Order: sequence, then structure tokens, then C-alpha cells
Amino acid sequence: MTELVRLFGSLGINFSAIGPEVALLGAACVILLLDCFYKRNGGGHLLSIGLVGLGVAAWLALRVDPNLPITAYYDTVGADGFSRLIKVILCGITAVTFLMTAGYALRREVESAEYYALMLLATLGMMLMASGTDLIMIFLGLEISSISQYILAGFRHESPRSTEASLKYFILGAFATGFLLYGIALVYGATGTTNLMSLKIYTANVEKAPLLLMAGCALLLVGFGFKLSSVPFHMWTPDVYDGAPTPVTAFMAAASKVAGFAALTRILFVGFTGVQSGWGQILWVIAALTMTLGNIAALVQTRVKRMLAYSAIAHAGYLLVALVAGTEMGGIGIIYYLVAYALTNLGAFAIVSLLRNEDDEGLKLSNFAGLGFRRPWLGLLMALFMFSLAGIPPTAGFLGKFYIFSGAVEAGYIGLAVLGVINSVISVYYYLRVVVWLYMSPNIAGEDPLIGAAWPLRLTLALTAIGIIMFGVWPGPLVDLARRAILPLLS
Amino acid sequence: MGTVGAVNYLSLVLFLPLVGAILLAVVPGGARVHRNFALGISGATFLLSLRLWFDFDVHANGMQFVERFDWIQSLGIRYAIGVDGLSLMLILLTTFLSTIAILASFQSITERTRSYFACLLALETGMLGVFMAFDLFFFYVFWEVMLIPMALLIGIWGGKRRVYAAIKFFLYTMAGSVLMLVAIIAVVLIHRQATGSLTFDLFQLYGTPISRTAQMWLFAAFALAFAIKIPLFPFHTWLPDAHVEAPTAGSVILAGVLLKMGTYGYMRYCLPMFPEAVLFFAPLILGLAVIGIIYGALVAMVQPDLKKLVAYSSVSHMGFVMLGIFSLNFQGLQGGMIQMINHGLSTGALFLLVGMIYDRRHTREISEFGGLTRVMPVFSIFFMITTLSSIGLPGLNGFVGEFLVILGAFQTARPFAIVGAIGVILSAVYMLWMFQRVMFGEVTKEENRKLIDLSPREWAVMVPVLILIIWIGIHPKPFLKTSEVAVGDILKKYGTTEMGQVAR
Repeated sequence: MTELVRLFGSLGINFSAIGPEVALLGAACVILLLDCFYKRNGGGHLLSIGLVGLGVAAWLALRVDPNLPITAYYDTVGADGFSRLIKVILCGITAVTFLMTAGYALRREVESAEYYALMLLATLGMMLMASGTDLIMIFLGLEISSISQYILAGFRHESPRSTEASLKYFILGAFATGFLLYGIALVYGATGTTNLMSLKIYTANVEKAPLLLMAGCALLLVGFGFKLSSVPFHMWTPDVYDGAPTPVTAFMAAASKVAGFAALTRILFVGFTGVQSGWGQILWVIAALTMTLGNIAALVQTRVKRMLAYSAIAHAGYLLVALVAGTEMGGIGIIYYLVAYALTNLGAFAIVSLLRNEDDEGLKLSNFAGLGFRRPWLGLLMALFMFSLAGIPPTAGFLGKFYIFSGAVEAGYIGLAVLGVINSVISVYYYLRVVVWLYMSPNIAGEDPLIGAAWPLRLTLALTAIGIIMFGVWPGPLVDLARRAILPLLS
Repeated sequence: MGTVGAVNYLSLVLFLPLVGAILLAVVPGGARVHRNFALGISGATFLLSLRLWFDFDVHANGMQFVERFDWIQSLGIRYAIGVDGLSLMLILLTTFLSTIAILASFQSITERTRSYFACLLALETGMLGVFMAFDLFFFYVFWEVMLIPMALLIGIWGGKRRVYAAIKFFLYTMAGSVLMLVAIIAVVLIHRQATGSLTFDLFQLYGTPISRTAQMWLFAAFALAFAIKIPLFPFHTWLPDAHVEAPTAGSVILAGVLLKMGTYGYMRYCLPMFPEAVLFFAPLILGLAVIGIIYGALVAMVQPDLKKLVAYSSVSHMGFVMLGIFSLNFQGLQGGMIQMINHGLSTGALFLLVGMIYDRRHTREISEFGGLTRVMPVFSIFFMITTLSSIGLPGLNGFVGEFLVILGAFQTARPFAIVGAIGVILSAVYMLWMFQRVMFGEVTKEENRKLIDLSPREWAVMVPVLILIIWIGIHPKPFLKTSEVAVGDILKKYGTTEMGQVAR
């Protein structure tokens, strides 16, 4: 046994660094195999296995001592406080998405072993993105998660919209991958390494960053710009969000963003910290454009998922503000905002997932008319989610924004902070419009466009709503966690 | 820890309405139960808040009934509430008017009573929080939170263009306040740079040395938020819409309390924190204030709709409050202070009366009325007292405030005082003209002949307000006394420390 450990050690293999990933892989394999030998109506048993896998993964992630970070596989994977927190968040998001799927109105169309397995694999990829300490490893994680999501987006085979979403996502995503890989190649060409720690040392000691490095960095930002749907690389977002099955959209909106920002945060704060002045300016512009364009485009949307898609673009813009700031407060802001944003979007999409029809008329905002009085709890929760997205206290969304803008002011980017808050006023208009539909419009005659909420969906809503209120009123614990996760990256 | 007795008394006053609002969601029964429950909660809050009045030490500096504990420790954000001379009367005004507003909605709101009264109660906590908080973050939270129930009140139970008015109200206020959020963060970070400690505690931030340039920007951000709320000309355009569309209780709260948050904000935050910027911007603000006084009065004069007339008169009257505050002397500030209360009472009463006549006739057009003294004598008398109080007739509350304001303004801003005084005359013109058209003459419309005079419930709504109107008019001393020390503290920053005897 000890022999084996020593052998693994000499090969750089250390399972405790990738325990959660292994657990998810195991769960995905079990689900796929079980489906071959044991057919049953409904996917309840598959869902349970998935949840157990996620639970084990979260538990394994938590076992890592944040004070004793591990690096393994020749310094390509790091299990530290940051990846630990992100992994737990990702497990939570995927678990909530599973619950949402169980209460999804079009559950029959998506539920299968492949669906759950792909979602677990996507989560696996995202975990690698969060813990990768080498550009190549981050790239691999990104690809694992992206390819799973391309398939997931097209999971409603009968629907042209869903198929279109999948194809569009795939083509544009593949294109973005090219940029990313080219960027990594240029960085390697300039510095001779793809390891973030080595890059950190390189950029810290270099007098003037070589053009090649900055070009590589710019291409990396383009690649991530696609994944994070930041302007001008956001075109795919509304179509894909609109066409993908709602739980998948929720998963993309929440988990994909968490993983993408986690990876980008690590790359920029660790690898490229020495050339902050270079990427800072680019990101400043991208952040400003992303916030503004996302919000303005969202104003005119009539379909709820498109509206949420543009709102997701805008939120990516706020998160980029925190990246630009690069201070401790900004770093806490990134994590806090990601949690708040993920919770809120999961909640909002959970309500959207109750809509009977997802094509054409089915996703119009007008389907929510009078919901606040027809289904008081559902209406109240939807209003809560909208207010949280708008960043109005006492919700988690407000505190997230508060941290981000504090970070920007702290770093001296007052212009960006002012632009951000003005944007959040613009956003209030379209979030408030949903509230207008809920409470200030005549009730719909005839059949309710939303199905009844089954218990897993109620659980989803309860978890997200409680989270939003709790993190909005009692932020202390999460802030401490976020601080401890982000500080090692900044030092 | 200055708590009264064993319980956290101030927190009790602050959160009782919110608890009531939450309980209202589960209280069984129909409209009757809901409104009685809401009345009970707000009445209890009012009675509890009365103790603040009796136990308040008018000679003490700083906050009383203080409660504070860490909320977000890493940022130095605390749950910090207290009462001082600036906020005491406003807190009482809030609890008082909320109770009155709930009582006034008994008959006019019959649908969705559960949510309606829950909104009113939640709003009450929001407003109380704004006046009690002395941690900037905590203050901002309440400042924003309060928008939601108010927008819902307008948007759900309002008139025809209610959705437009609700969104406009929300966006205007939000637009002002987000910049204030950036300014709050900036003040705190400047304080950290100067002292090394991160805190949102207002009284620690008072002492922050801020450079002149920074003061200008920060003042501008705070001032914009407050100016929209007051509303100061030219930021007033949301007000007539919101007032006209809001249900009666919404208008009462809006005019009575919400607008005061703006003027209170100037006294609590702008004046002590940014003295240099205040001196620099004072002429501008005074100019806008008197423009508002005259403009509001002129526009009010030509309104065919009673509620709109009262709404514009609000713009005019709030101009007086600003004129007083930016006179930056003892009489001016005291006058502004008491004028806030006066405006809350008399404009609140006017909206109540307009609501009562609207409930009967379902119109607010002045031309639809005439000769109401003959059919509704009690209503007419109440309306007359309120009108006269709004004009500023000596012996009623309005006079005390306007007199002090103009007295103060005369010492430091004479041209503005002169123009402002013209506004007093104009207000007499439009109010009396309106009163004449509605009340005097022959009954011209058939529908008006059968109008019923005030019911016992409506008596109960109006009489407490009228008592206060007359009380402040005859014996304003106890009211003025409460804010003397706090106003003196503000003025220390401006070198005018002498506590000039207040003329009565």
C-alpha cells in the first residue's frame, strides 16, 4: 500500500486533490451503466444517485484543509481554499438543478440517464476549471464542461429551438475554444510555461511585458469572453438560453458562470498579476460594454428566458468590474456575487421551468400576468428573485453589488462604479416589469400556463429563497469564507 | 448600551410593523380581520413610540435609546439605531400618520386587503428605519427597501395610470440613491484612509477630514438622492404622477413622511459631513428651493384636479423646508424642522379630505363640486382648518414654520427670503380659490346634493390630526424644544453656535 502511494507520488498522482472529480465521474458511470441493465419508469433513481454523488463530492471537497493546499499532477491541479469553496458551490448548483429537473414541466422530454450523467460530467469539468493551476488543465476542464453543455442544450430533440441552441452553442463555442488555445500557445511562446505560478514569477520580474505575452493574454480574454458571454462575444447567449431546456439554462447561467469566473479569477490574479495594467484596461472596456449593452437589450425583451439571458450578460459585466478592481473587496465581491447570482437565477428559472410550453408563445412574459394573486407564493418568490437580481436590499443580490462596487471604488475605478450603479437602475426597469406582470396586470383567463409545483421544485424554491434572504441579511459567514478563499490568490 | 428597560425598546418599535406585516400573511379571515389587525399593530406601534417622546431628554447631545451590535464585522457595518432631536418628531409623525392612513383605508380598499395592509405595515418599518439608523449602510438598506411596498401600493391599488406612476416613482428614487451608495462607500474609504479604521458609523464619519474637491462630489451625490425624494425643483416630476395615482393612504404616507426623508437626509448627512460643499452649493439649493416654492404654487393654481393641486402645493411647501435648512442658522433650521412636521400633518390631512370626497363622488375635478358647505358642514369646517393651516394662518401650525423659515432666511439669504415670502401669498391664493370653488356658492351639481357628511370613522381619522394642527399652532414650544440641541450641534460646524432665542 505504502509502495503504491510512493509510486503515485512520484508520478504526481494524488487522489485527495481530485477527490470530488473522481466522485462525480463515478456517479456518472454508475448512472450510465445502471441505465443499461435496469430500466424503470421515470428517472427518480438516477436522480438519487446523482444527488448522492454530488453529496460525496462536496464532502470530499470539504475535507481539503484550506490552510494546507495540495498541488498534484505536476502542479497542474491545486486543491486550495479557493477551489474548495467553488467546488462546494458547484455541487450545490448541480444538486438544485437536479431537483428542478424533477419538477420541470417538460420533464418527460429530457429525463434520461445521459441527461444526469452529462450534467455530472459538466460539473466535473467545471471543478477542474476552478482547481486547475495550469492553463492546459483549465482548458481541459473547460472543454469537458462545454461539450457536455452543447449536448444538454439540445436535449429537447423534438424542438427546433432547442436543436438550434445546441448547434449555435457548439459552433460558436468551438470557435472560442480556438481563440483560447491560440492564446495559451502564444503565452507559452512568450514565457516557456503554461503554469500559473511560473507565469506569476515571470510577469513579476519582467520589466516590460513582451508583446507576444500580451497578445496571448488578449486572446485568452476573448476565449473566456465567449464562455462568460461578455460583450462583444455575447451573441449566442440569448438564443441558447431561450432554446435550451429550462433546467439546462439555469445550470448554464449559474454553474457555467461560477466556473468561468473562478478560472478567470485565478488566471488573472495569479498568472497575470504582474501585467495587471495591460489586461485591466481591456477588461475595463469590456465590463462597461457588457453591463450597458446587456441591460439595454434586456429592456425590450418579451420572452422571459431571453430577458434573463440579457440580464445574465449584464451580470457578467458587474462581475468583470470586480475583476478589474482586483482588490480584496473586489475578490470577495466576485465570490459573493456569484453565489447570490446563482441562487437567484436558479430560483427564477425554477419558476420559469413550470411553464407548460417552451416554444413560441409559451415563454412570453405575459404568461405571468396576475400570477401574484393567482398563486401568491409563486408570485412572491418570483418578485423576490427579481428584486435580488435588481440588487435591492435586503437580498443577497444587493450585498453582492455592494461588495463589487466597494471594490471598484477602493481600487480607484469610481467611473466604472458609477457606470455600474447607473446600469443597475436601468435594470430595475425590466425586473420591475416582471413584478408589474405578476401584480398589476389582469389575471389570465383559462388554463394556468404554469403547472403545479411538485415537492422537489418547492424544495428548490425554498432553498434558493432562504439563501437569498439569509445571505442578504446575514452575510458574515459567507464573506469570511470568501475572504479566506480569495486572499491566498491575491498575495 | 442605552436600552430602556430590559427589552430593546427601539428595535421593538422599529420591527413591530414588519412582524405585523408578516403575520398578516397567515392571519385567517377576511377584509375586516385584516384591517383591524393592521390598525391594532400600527396603533400599538404608535403608543409604543409615544414613550420615546416622554423619555426623551431634550438637553442631551447625540443619540438616545441607542442600540448597536456588529452586523458585518469585516466591513465595520453595524446594526445601529437611535433617536435624537432631528428624528424624534419624524418618528412620531411616521407612527402617527401610518395609523391614520390605515384607519383611512377601511372603506376605500376592499380588494386584496391582506397584501394592502401588509404593504402599509412594511412601509412603516422601512420609514422608521430611515429615521432611526445611524449607520450609513443600515440607513441605505432601509432607504431602498421602502421603495418596494410604496411602489406596490401605487401600482396595485392606484388609479388608471398606476403602473406608469409606480415605475416612475421607483426609477426616479433609485436613480438618485444608487449614486449615494457610491458616495457612501467613498466616504467610508476616505475615513479609512485618514484613520485606518473601517466603519459606517455616522458619528465617527462626521469627523472625517474630507478634501474640498471630494466634498463637492460627495455632496452632489447625496444631494441628488435627497433632492429627488423631497422633491426639489427640477426633480419633482415623479411626484404629481405618484400622488394622483396612489390610493389615499399612499398619498398621505408619501406626502406626510416619505418626502421628509429627503429634507431629513440633508440635515442628518449633508450638513454635518460636507460643510464646505454646503456653503458652496447653498446659493444653488436656495435658488432651486425658491423656484420650487413659486413654481409649485403657480402650477397648483391652475390645476383642475384637487389631488394634483395638493401635490403641487407639496412641491411649494417642501421648498420652504429647504429654504429654512439652507439658511444655515438656528431659526432657519428650526423652522425647517417644524415645517416638516407641519407639512406632514396639513398635507396629509388635505389628502385624507380629498380621499373622503373622492370615495363619495369618484371624481376629484374641482369643477364637479361647489357649495359643499351646505351639504357637508362638518367636512367643510375640517377642510377649512386644514386649508388655513396649509396657508400659514397665525394660530395654526403652518404659521410657526413659515415664520421661522423666513426669519432665518432673512438673516443669511435675504433675496431668497423675499421671493419665498411671495410664495406664502401665492399659496393663500390657490388654496383659498380652490376652497371657494369647492365649498361656497350654490350647489350646482345634482349629485352633490345627497352627499353624506363625515362618518364616525372619518371623524376619528381627522380629529387627531386637527388637534395637532391647532396644538402646534398655539403652543409650538415643546415641539421646537426637541430639536434645539441637535440643530445647535449641526450649526457648530458653521460657526454660528449661539442659541438664538426662538421667536414665537
